[in-house]
Amino acid sequence: MIGNREPILRVRDLAVEFTIGQEGLFGPKKILRAVKGVSFDLYQGETLGIVGESGCGKSTLSRAIIRLLPASGGEAVWLGRDIQKMDTKDLLGLRKDIQMIFQDPLASLNPRMTCGAIIAEPLQIHMPELSKADRTKRVAEMMAKVGLLPTMINKYPHEFSGGQCQRIGIARALITNPKLIICDEAVSALDVSIRAQVVNLLMDLQKELGISLLFISHDIAVVRHIAQRIMVLYFGEVVEIGDSEQVTMDPQHEYTKRLIASVPVPDPRVEMERREERRRLRREAATKAA
Amino acid sequence: MALLEVKNLKVDFKTADGTVHAVKDLNYTLEKGKTLAIVGESGSGKTQGAFALLGLLPKNGRASGSVIFDGKEILNLPRKQMNAYRAERIGIIFQDPMTSLNPYLRISRQMTEVLELHRGMSHKEALAESVRMLDAVRITDAKNRVHMYPHEFSGGMRQRVMIAMALLCSPELLIADEPTTALDVTVQAGIIDLLVDLQEDFGTSIILITHDLGIVAGTCEETLVMFDGRVMEHGKTADIFERAEHPYTKGLLAAIPRLDKKVDRLSTVSYDFMAARGEA
Amino acid sequence: MPGLTGKDQVLTDYANKLATLDAPKGRSLTQDALRRLAKNKAAVASIAIVLLIVLVAFIGPYLLPWGYSQVDWSNIRKPPNFDNGHFLGTDQNGRDMAARVLQGTQMSVIVAVVASFVSVTIGVIYGAVAGYFGGRVDAIMMRIVDVMYALPYILFVIILMVMFGRNPVLLFVGIGCIEWLTMARIVRGQTLSIKEKEFIEAARASGAKPFTIIMRHIVPNLTGPVVIYATLTIPEIIIAESFLSYLGLGVQEPQTSLGTLISAGAPVAEVLPWMLLGPAAVLITLLLCLTYIGDGLRDALDPKDR
Repeated sequence: MIGNREPILRVRDLAVEFTIGQEGLFGPKKILRAVKGVSFDLYQGETLGIVGESGCGKSTLSRAIIRLLPASGGEAVWLGRDIQKMDTKDLLGLRKDIQMIFQDPLASLNPRMTCGAIIAEPLQIHMPELSKADRTKRVAEMMAKVGLLPTMINKYPHEFSGGQCQRIGIARALITNPKLIICDEAVSALDVSIRAQVVNLLMDLQKELGISLLFISHDIAVVRHIAQRIMVLYFGEVVEIGDSEQVTMDPQHEYTKRLIASVPVPDPRVEMERREERRRLRREAATKAA
Repeated sequence: MALLEVKNLKVDFKTADGTVHAVKDLNYTLEKGKTLAIVGESGSGKTQGAFALLGLLPKNGRASGSVIFDGKEILNLPRKQMNAYRAERIGIIFQDPMTSLNPYLRISRQMTEVLELHRGMSHKEALAESVRMLDAVRITDAKNRVHMYPHEFSGGMRQRVMIAMALLCSPELLIADEPTTALDVTVQAGIIDLLVDLQEDFGTSIILITHDLGIVAGTCEETLVMFDGRVMEHGKTADIFERAEHPYTKGLLAAIPRLDKKVDRLSTVSYDFMAARGEA
Repeated sequence: MPGLTGKDQVLTDYANKLATLDAPKGRSLTQDALRRLAKNKAAVASIAIVLLIVLVAFIGPYLLPWGYSQVDWSNIRKPPNFDNGHFLGTDQNGRDMAARVLQGTQMSVIVAVVASFVSVTIGVIYGAVAGYFGGRVDAIMMRIVDVMYALPYILFVIILMVMFGRNPVLLFVGIGCIEWLTMARIVRGQTLSIKEKEFIEAARASGAKPFTIIMRHIVPNLTGPVVIYATLTIPEIIIAESFLSYLGLGVQEPQTSLGTLISAGAPVAEVLPWMLLGPAAVLITLLLCLTYIGDGLRDALDPKDR
C-alpha cells in the first residue's frame, strides 16, 4: 500500500531534552532526556499509531515535530524541508498543514468563545482574506461534516457534551485542509460509547479527505483499530515499529509483550487465561531478578 | 445471609440549576466473600451510589432508601457511627490515592495510627503488622519503605499502599472506586491481579466500581451495569459478557475495540441511550 | 472546502440555507454569572444602593438650594435645619454640609473609578505578558514589581505632588499606579495556570501570534479574578484617597472628598457631630456595599464553590 512514494514526514534521530534543575549555582545541569533519537516515516493517507505509557515521551515527540518544543538533536523533515530550520513564513505554512486534536475535549476549547469562533480561528490566521460570510459558511459546512448541527454555531463549549466538544476540536483541526493531523490521546478521555463514535468519525474523515494521522495513545487496542502501523515508545526510545497486526499479534520486544499482556480483554474466559499468563510472566521476572 | 443489601437507593443533589437525580433506583445484594463489579459510563451514578452508602456524599447530596450491612441499617447513620464502620468493617480505595494519604506523614505513622487506635496494638506490633501488610500487597523491601513519605512512591506503589491501608483492619467489605483509572496499563494489570489474589487470600467481599468492562471480565463474579442512575443489567459476569440481554450492555460491549478480535468498524450504542445523555 | 464527494454539495446547500436563518444565541459564561449574581439578594441590594448613591451624588447638587463652596454667613456651625435648606447642617465656614457631602462623594467615586481603571489596565496587560512569556521576561518584570512594592507609596505620591502640583487627576493616576502592582501579581498567577490549558496549546499549534493569544485567549479568561479583585480595590482606593486627603495631600479646597470631610469632621466630632456623621455614613455604606458586591461576584463567577 505504501509503495515507493516519498514520505510526507520523515523523522530521523529526533531528540528532546529538558533541563530540570541545577546542582548548586554553578554545578552541572540536570537533564531529562524525554525523547532519545526517534526515527520514522509517515506517508500520505496513512495512520501511524504511537503507543506508550505515561512519561514515555509520546506527547513531547509530537510537540517537537511541529516545533512547539525545541528539538535538541536530529531532524524532522516535512515535505522535503527541515522543520527546525523553517523561517516564520514557512512555519506558518506548516501550522496550516499540520493540525492537532487534544485529549481533554472541554479544556481544549476556549470557554469564552463560541463554537463558531473556535472553529473559525485557524481560518482567520491562515486565510485572512476570507470575508466574514465566507468564513461562517465554511464553519457551518465543517460542523455538519463532523456531525454537529450548524444551528449550534453560537453556543459556548460548556453547552456541549464531551463527545460534541471533541467534534468541535476535530472541526477546528480540519478547517484549514491540513495534510496531517496529530491526535494526542484524542479519544482517551471519552466514555466507551462516545469513543466509538469519535473513532469512527476520524476514520471516515480520513478516508474521505485522504489526510495522514499520527494517532498517539496509551491504549493499544484503540490504536490497532485505527492505525495501519504502530510504533511503541518506551522511555523515549522506539522499541518496536511495524504493521499493526504484526505488532499486536506477534510482538518482538519484551516491553511490547508485557504491554499487550496487560491490556484487559472484555471476555471472562480469555481474561482468566491471560491472568494466568501474567502470573507466569511475573514469576519469571521475579526468579530472574533473584 | 447477605453481607450488604441495597434497596431502592436514591441520591439527589441540589444545585443552583435545580435538583439532579444522580441515582434513581439502585438495588443489589452482595453475599459474604463475593465480588461485584459496578460498571457504568460517566454520569451513570456508579460512584455516587457507592459513596452514598458510606456517607461520603458532598454537602448538597441526599440519599434515601435502605442499605443493610450485616443485618443493620447503615444509610444516613450519624457521622460518628459511620466512621466506626468505615474504619473497621468497610475499606475504601479511591481513584487518586493522595486523597486519603497525608503527604506530610510517613507511611509507617499513617498505618500504625490506624492499628493502634482501632485494634489496640502496641506501636511495635502495629509496625510489624504494617510491614506484613505492605508485603502482602507486593511492595518489595517493605521493611525500609514503610518509613517513606507518600510522594516517594510511584503512582502504582501508592495505590498498593492505599490497598494495604484499606485492608489493615481486615474489613469485611472493600469498595474500590476506579482504583486503576489513573494508572498505566501495565501497572493496572498488577493492581487488578493483586485485588483478585487478596480477595482469594483474605476472603474480603469487594465492590469494584469502574468504567472499564475489560478489567471487570477477569475480576468479579457478578457484574451490575448502570446507566442514568438505574440498573440496566445484573448477573453473573460470564453471562453478561457472553449473553448480554440489555441493549445498552450489548452496545457497550460492541463499542470496545479488542485486541483479540478485528472489526472494520466499531458499532456504537443505540441512539436512544446516546440521546438520553445528550450526545445525539 | 472543495467538493470532494457528492455529500459536500448537500452540505453546502444546507449551510447556505442556515446562513439566512438565525442560529440561536448561546449562553456565555458571563451571562451565566450575571444570572447567578441576580439571585444573590445581598449583592443586588448593594448594587442598587451604590447606584443610588452615585446617582444622588451627581444629580443632587443641582436640586440643593446651596452650592458646596457657597458661604451662608447667617448660618455658621449650625445643626441640620430644614427651614433654611441646610439638611445636614453647616461647617465652620457656613458651607452647606449636604452639598459638600455630595460633592465629596462625587470626587471619591471618580477617583475610585479612574484609579481602578488605570490599575486594571496596567495590571492585566503587565501580568498577562509576564505570565505568558515566562522565563527571563517574567523574572525581570516581576522583580520590577517587587521593587515598586518596596517603595512607600506615600512617598511616591508626595514626589508626584511636588513635581506636578496638587492636581486631582494626578491623584487618580498616582493611586492607580500603586494599585496595579497587586493586580499584576494576581493576573500573572492566573495566566501561568491558564497558559497550561490545552486551548492555548491549540492556538499556538494553529499558528496564532503571542499577542493574539494573550488578547483573545488569556485576557477574556481572566475576567473572574480581575472583576472580583477590582471590586475589592475600589474600597481600597477610596480609603487610600481618604488617607491622603486626611494627610492634606488629596483634593484642594474648596473642592472636597469623603476623606477630607471626615478629616475635617473628626476633631470637632463632639461639638459639631453632623460634620462627621454625614460623610462617614456615606463612606461606610459605600464600602460595605462594594464588599458585598465583590463577594457576590466571586460566588457568581466561580460556581465551583456552590
